[in-house]
Formats: sequence, C-alpha cells, structure tokens
Amino acid sequence: MSASGIELAEGALAGNRLALARLLTQVENDTPAGRMGLDWLFPRAGRAHLIGITGSPGTGKSSLVNRIALSYRNPMAGLAARTVGVVAIDPTSPFSGGALLGDRVRMRDLAGDSGVFIRSMAARGALGGLARQTAAAVQVMDAVGFEVILIETVGAGQSEVDIARLAQTTIVVEAPGLGDEIQAIKAGILEIADILVINKADRPGVENTERALRSMLEMGHHHHLPDHLNAGITGAQPEAEEWQPPVLKTVATDGKGTDELVVAIERHLAYLKRHGEWQRRQYARLMNELEVLVQGALVERWRSALPEDLYEEVVAQLCERSISPYQALEKLVHD
Amino acid sequence: MTERKIRVIIAKPGLDGHDRGAKVVARALRDAGMEVIYTGLRQTPEMIAETALQEDVDVVGVSILSGAHMGLVPRLVDLLRANGQENVKVFVGGIIPESDVLELLKLGVLAVYGPGTSSSQYVAEIQRAVWGQTTA
Repeated sequence: MSASGIELAEGALAGNRLALARLLTQVENDTPAGRMGLDWLFPRAGRAHLIGITGSPGTGKSSLVNRIALSYRNPMAGLAARTVGVVAIDPTSPFSGGALLGDRVRMRDLAGDSGVFIRSMAARGALGGLARQTAAAVQVMDAVGFEVILIETVGAGQSEVDIARLAQTTIVVEAPGLGDEIQAIKAGILEIADILVINKADRPGVENTERALRSMLEMGHHHHLPDHLNAGITGAQPEAEEWQPPVLKTVATDGKGTDELVVAIERHLAYLKRHGEWQRRQYARLMNELEVLVQGALVERWRSALPEDLYEEVVAQLCERSISPYQALEKLVHD
Repeated sequence: MTERKIRVIIAKPGLDGHDRGAKVVARALRDAGMEVIYTGLRQTPEMIAETALQEDVDVVGVSILSGAHMGLVPRLVDLLRANGQENVKVFVGGIIPESDVLELLKLGVLAVYGPGTSSSQYVAEIQRAVWGQTTA
C-alpha cells in the first residue's frame, strides 16, 4: 500500500496514473515520500508550457480551462495534439479547514481522455491564489511528460499574482457586467496578463468591458513607440518587439473564440522562446521557489532553537504594549 | 501531528437531476474539515472511477434517487477495484430498499444513508473508516 516516493515516481513516469495520483498526494502533503519523488523527477521537469488562468469568481475560468484543454487535444489542422495536465485550486474554509472543490463540474468534456489528467487542490490557507504545494505538483506533472499544464487559480481576484511567477503564460479572464474592470485594474491583476480574455462575450456590455481593458492597456504602454513606428526606424527588426497582451473574446460554454485563444497562447510561447524570456522566467520562478523554501526552513530552525517561555513572554509584553513589535523582534531575533 | 486530510468525491450517477441531497452532504463533509470534490450531475460509473483515481480520494459518496443503484453501484465498485483502488470506501445516499441495502453492503459498500440521516453520523463513520478510529 505505502510505496516509496521513488517507486511512485517511477510508476508515474512509466504512465501509471494511480502512481501519479498518489505521488501528487504525497507532494501536496509535503511528506518525505513526496520530497523523494520530486527529487528523483526534478531533472526531467522544465519542458512543459505552464499556463495560468486567473480572474474573478464567476468569469468562467473552469469552463475556459475545459475549452483550452479540448483545443489542445483536438487541434486545428496542422498542429499536433498535446497532452494536458490541469491543476485547479479552490479555497479552503478558514473555519473548518475543509474545502469544496467544484472545478471538475465544468470539465466533464475531458472525461475518458487518457491524454488529460486533472487534479483539484485546496488552497489550505495559502494566499495569492495558489496552494503552497501547487508549484511542486506542477513540477511532477511536467516531469512525467504532460506537455501543457493549465493552472486555474482560486479566483479571489485581488491578489492573485503568484500565478505570474509560476506560469510562463498568464491569462486573465474578465466577463462583462461584473462591474469589476476597475477592481481588477486596482489590484494590479492586469499587469500580470500576457493574454486578456473577455469570456461570456455573448452577454450585453461586452463593448464596455473591451473598451475599458484596451484603454488600460494603452495607458500601460504609452511610453513605447507603436510597432509600426519602431519598424520604420529600425528597418523591421524584431529586436525591439515587445509583447502586447491581446484582448480576446470567448464564449467558453459553446467554444466560440477558444481556438483563437490557443493560437494567441502559442504566439506567446514563440515570443518567450525567441527572446530568452522562457529561460528568464524559469530562472525567476526557481529562485522564488528556493527562497520560499529557505525562509520556511530558517523560521523552523529559529523556532526550534528559541526557548518556549521567552517567546510567550515577549508576546505577552507585546500584548500589554510594554514593548513595540520592533522591540519584540529585537528580543527574539537579535538577543 | 494533525490527521491527514480526508479527500472525498460526492457524485450523482444516473439520470435523475435532484442534487440537493448531494450538495447538503458535500457541505457537511467540508464543514467537518474534509476536502470534497464535487462532480455534478449525470456522472457515469466510469467517470466517477476516473475522478477517484486522478484525485486519489479516500472515499466516494454517490447519491442515487433514480432506483438504478443495483446497476450503478456494483459497476463503480468493480471499476475502483480494477484501477487498484480497492481501499477506497464507497457510501451510498438516497432511497434504497432494505433488501438492496444488504446486497450493497455485501459488495463492500461502507454504508447506505437514507433520508434523515444526521450529518454527525456519517461524518463520524467516514472518519472512523479512513482513520481507523473516531477523533471526536
């Protein structure tokens, strides 16, 4: 029953889906077996295209993931089908620690396809739209050979910028009539978008949403010369090319616009590879992952070396306001 | 050491469209600290078994009000076994005649919960079945 992490990793690599599922559980729970499996698989990861899908609740992220996956499985003429892993994250209840993971309801078209593997993850208290172990779970799927990995964030909509660190291509999903274009702009979520999608584009108000998004994008880019001017100066050198996030309209429930979305994703991928962005983003992502691990380990080491009563004493003084938080820090970290 | 999180699927196989009971149970299990994967209506046993595999769940709960339980549940149990998930616990909710309840239990179904079963009962029984003891 309890296979070692390496056995699970070997099984998963050989295409055993149960071994993959069990390894993902170990990785999600951050067990020694999970870490061993990941250690063993890590050299094989780094090939998959990681695509993040974020945006407010109710914009149709899960339905869009369903459609993107279908487009990769049944591509337009001239393209090869690709295997797809999906990691869908939903919030954990802060009161019970339980979670209701409902993203699969919208992904039933993918059932029965052995080229697709869907895994739901609870955020387990992490903020920023991903679970703490999402990056590790994605590494596992990448290493065992899924070519495209779709990562759907919690969708709280405000601080979901972690996805931009993990994914190579980030899709921000909006919908007409939510009245939250300005909210998204405030939260800086548009700045992380490589591609903007207005889903539910058959609904009234789509023109307003589109206008708002386009004018925001222009504001963000106004200090750059438009492409055609650049071309005139440099003699059409693509050197000065900068990625302009396209604004696309989709209706995920019937598939309208989703093939065009996949074309845009592929264009972004080509752009990343042409400009060394692929390597740069990988470097930034792995450095960030390492930093998080180091922080966790250092805090743990510091806590275990700290006398228990000292900690409680300092917290008590802090609560009485006889010392400030900075003075407390001084006592705990520097003394 | 905190107990390992219990992962459960709540699914509605068959053709009846009444998912209220399934949603109430999903909610109660979440409130008991479990991670509940909700799959929606009209799932085939094949779809449920595939989800159970990808999600590496401990428990599968199916809600059946259509009367098709003697076709759907044995098929599901067989599929789980064929996938190497014989350890996954299966429970059934719905209106099931007494004689069929005995048949289902013989197949290895953990429990059959009829209307009016209290959530504390099924929560405790699921926890005991997965953790091997109650923690209450």
